[in-house]
Amino acid sequence: MAIESDVLVIGGGLAGLSAAIAAAREGAHVRLVSYKQSTLKQASGLVDVLGYVDGEPVADPFERMADLPDDHPYRIVGESGVREALALFDEVTDYRGGHTDRNALVPTHGGTVKPTARYPASAAPGLASDDRDALLVGFETLVDFDAPLAADHIEAAGVPFAADGATVRFPGDLRADAKVTRYAHLLDEDRAVETDGGRRLPAREALAERVRPHLDGHERVGFPAVLGDDDPAGVRAALSKGLGADVFEVPMGPPSLPGLRLADRLYEALDEAGASVETGVPVVDYEGEERVERVLVDRKGAEVPYAADQYVLATGGLVGKGVESDREGVREPVFDCRVPQPADRYDWFEDAVFGDHAFARFGVDPDGELRPTDERGDPEFENVRAAGSVLGGHDFPAEKSGAGVSLATGRAAGVLATEEL
Amino acid sequence: MSDEESNDTTEPLAQDGADDPDVETDGGAVDPGDGVGGDDAGFAPEEPTAGEDFEPVQVFPDDETMDLRPGADDCYKCSTCDVNCPVAEVDDDFPGPKFQGPEQWRLKQSDEEYTVDESITSCSNCMRCDDACPSGVPLSQMHNEARGEYVDEEMSLLSAKYWRNRILANYRISASIASLAPGLANAAMNFGPARWVVEKTLGVTSEREFPAFAEQTFREWWTARGGAAASRENAREARERRGEPIDADKRVAYFHGCYANYNTPEVAKALVRVYEHFGYELVVPEQRCSGTPMFANGMLSDARRDAEVNVSSLADLVDRGYDAVCSCTSCSMAIRQEYPELFSFEGTGEVAGSTFEALEYLRIHEDLRGDLADASVEGFDDLAYHAPCHARNQGLSRQAVELFRELDGVTVEDVGDSCSGISGTYGWKEEKYGVSMEIGEEMFEHMESAAGETGLTECPTCSMQMEHGTGYEIRHPLEVVEEALVGDRAGA
Repeated sequence: MAIESDVLVIGGGLAGLSAAIAAAREGAHVRLVSYKQSTLKQASGLVDVLGYVDGEPVADPFERMADLPDDHPYRIVGESGVREALALFDEVTDYRGGHTDRNALVPTHGGTVKPTARYPASAAPGLASDDRDALLVGFETLVDFDAPLAADHIEAAGVPFAADGATVRFPGDLRADAKVTRYAHLLDEDRAVETDGGRRLPAREALAERVRPHLDGHERVGFPAVLGDDDPAGVRAALSKGLGADVFEVPMGPPSLPGLRLADRLYEALDEAGASVETGVPVVDYEGEERVERVLVDRKGAEVPYAADQYVLATGGLVGKGVESDREGVREPVFDCRVPQPADRYDWFEDAVFGDHAFARFGVDPDGELRPTDERGDPEFENVRAAGSVLGGHDFPAEKSGAGVSLATGRAAGVLATEEL
Repeated sequence: MSDEESNDTTEPLAQDGADDPDVETDGGAVDPGDGVGGDDAGFAPEEPTAGEDFEPVQVFPDDETMDLRPGADDCYKCSTCDVNCPVAEVDDDFPGPKFQGPEQWRLKQSDEEYTVDESITSCSNCMRCDDACPSGVPLSQMHNEARGEYVDEEMSLLSAKYWRNRILANYRISASIASLAPGLANAAMNFGPARWVVEKTLGVTSEREFPAFAEQTFREWWTARGGAAASRENAREARERRGEPIDADKRVAYFHGCYANYNTPEVAKALVRVYEHFGYELVVPEQRCSGTPMFANGMLSDARRDAEVNVSSLADLVDRGYDAVCSCTSCSMAIRQEYPELFSFEGTGEVAGSTFEALEYLRIHEDLRGDLADASVEGFDDLAYHAPCHARNQGLSRQAVELFRELDGVTVEDVGDSCSGISGTYGWKEEKYGVSMEIGEEMFEHMESAAGETGLTECPTCSMQMEHGTGYEIRHPLEVVEEALVGDRAGA
């Protein structure tokens, strides 16, 4: 016997979640298993679809999809596949950006301006296309965000407004290397903290008081994305009121509160769709020939069989460890699917730092139904589809297409799997 | 990683080597000599090219200690573990798992004067950092090692704290004495003035009530019921009723742990009845404490002593085709993960690979989901389920909620992913009680906002904390399954 389901999704990132939600909403009994916590918690929380093609920024991702190479995942699922995945995403989250096909320009903590298709409500007042002057506020103890430097970078990027930066001490005397969630929870709970002069004020008000002297007529104020975990809207509303200015969050590096919030929301949606979830256990092997009959999950030493009719492989790319490499070669470790790669290891990369590196595109090579293929172009298995960064053919850091590819191929894989049941 | 941020992450990574062919082509391991650049003519990693002057340095002179360097090197400082640490969440002075694990391990190797920092005693061994780490760093193993070293080298054997921890960690011994006269023990252990003295002298908080000892231990019940022979008989009858082969190979060894034996035999009895219902013959082998409270207190030699007994007794059965099942998720966690990480008794790996949580095992081998979907229960309120950290780490955090989803007569609500805060003996320490309750606050609030007034969890100490924080009665999922599937046949 084995633990059974109709569709087994392997991987708990954006692609796996998209596949599992789509399949569960089509009525399949879906189980999602992931080795570690969702990598979404380390992502910015922004949802890019296509930010750059050939190094040039893209205004409308849908317009440029036809310019992508034939083996690009977007060419496989088609423009309609991307649109349907975004529609599903919009339905289950409260993200903004769905009113237009055009990319929004969101300032990042490094001071760059990033073209992105969907952004959290908390980032909305910060868009670079807005011409209101912005004050960026950093915290002395949060060294990943240097607000004056980020403001200079943003101005240098040619935005239609003035940006200034200020660094303040976060009220409440958190330790120098406090976790980002400490800031967020202090603001969520709005606990009384000591402020200058020994007074005690609720944390939100204390923070507003520290920022007010720097406000200087700016109509909007950007903070690093630590403004609440459970109640981000409440925190922002209180700060906006206290400052008399619109408050927004600037997405940060890992661990990321917007990423954490998005992961929480999508897992809730998965639960609402009736799917089962197991995390903390890796899939290490499979049994079967033309079809995968079952996979083996390593539960701390015991190998537990999981059987399903259809499988979705959404284990991530080189960073997520869904694609592994050593000096000898590149491989996909769960089903041992073929990963096309230059025979000579020196052709995996280019000399230039931002060259067109082959390694950036490493991944399995899918057929028209997202099934990984062998050397002859035949599906490796009848019932395995791949989604997200484990797919080759795209260079998500250069294209800014990671989230879009994950959502679109995830949803398509989930729907295709369900159609086979 | 599904998202982007390439301008912030790939640049510095690529810069490490892409401009410098020496580094990029050989990973910095050896000098490639004349063969730099695009052709690999001079590149032979298997041949040392350092020349005759090269004097190898033995990095770890004492190769008796565990070499955790690969794990330490895998840490890329993303701090995800720190964000998941329930202690760091409420205690701003606790430096978090990243420091306790890879950082402290490195400091120990590089600085001869370095002694393990006392803050290691604030780690509660919830092991959430293991599950959080995207890079596979064996954080809890590092913490266990550091705690053991701290206790061995820095804690005075004459200190009250050492003996307090030792007594708490060796709960089985106190429990075995107390259960000789359970009524007396129950009265004495919660006698106010005595508790005050215990708090003042030993540092065991007087805020908590000691769990009641059962009038009859599980093992006493098991023996009186006829032991393995009676179980074989019951299982055969069940197989006949179920239309399964009478000689089917369905044999499991039950590792009940201390708490189900001395304090909640109803949980252990539920396991026996449920397993026999599915036609399994049970044996209840000789066993000691799984070691969880000892790991958490750095008492590794106590843990080793008990683990050796457990491994040897289970290994014999595993050899004969038995699997082991546990009703306590910390027991199964210890046998599956901590034993292979810390010990090398003969059979440790085989036992770990054959040990399962009780419902998990039935999900694998029986149609438990289908059977529950066709059943119903009475007498259970709506249940507020808390997933213990050690269940979470075995991938079992959703199991009870999803299994009981289709069971008529009960609604199970997951009260969220916070830690209960008690972490075994941690919340019993006078100086940790406050932190423990602060961690648990989120769970208490979720329980109180849930519909029911009965709690559900697999972990004995989580259930103590749930009860302590809310006053709710707490049940074990096995009791629900027993009620659903065994019903009137429960018998003796």
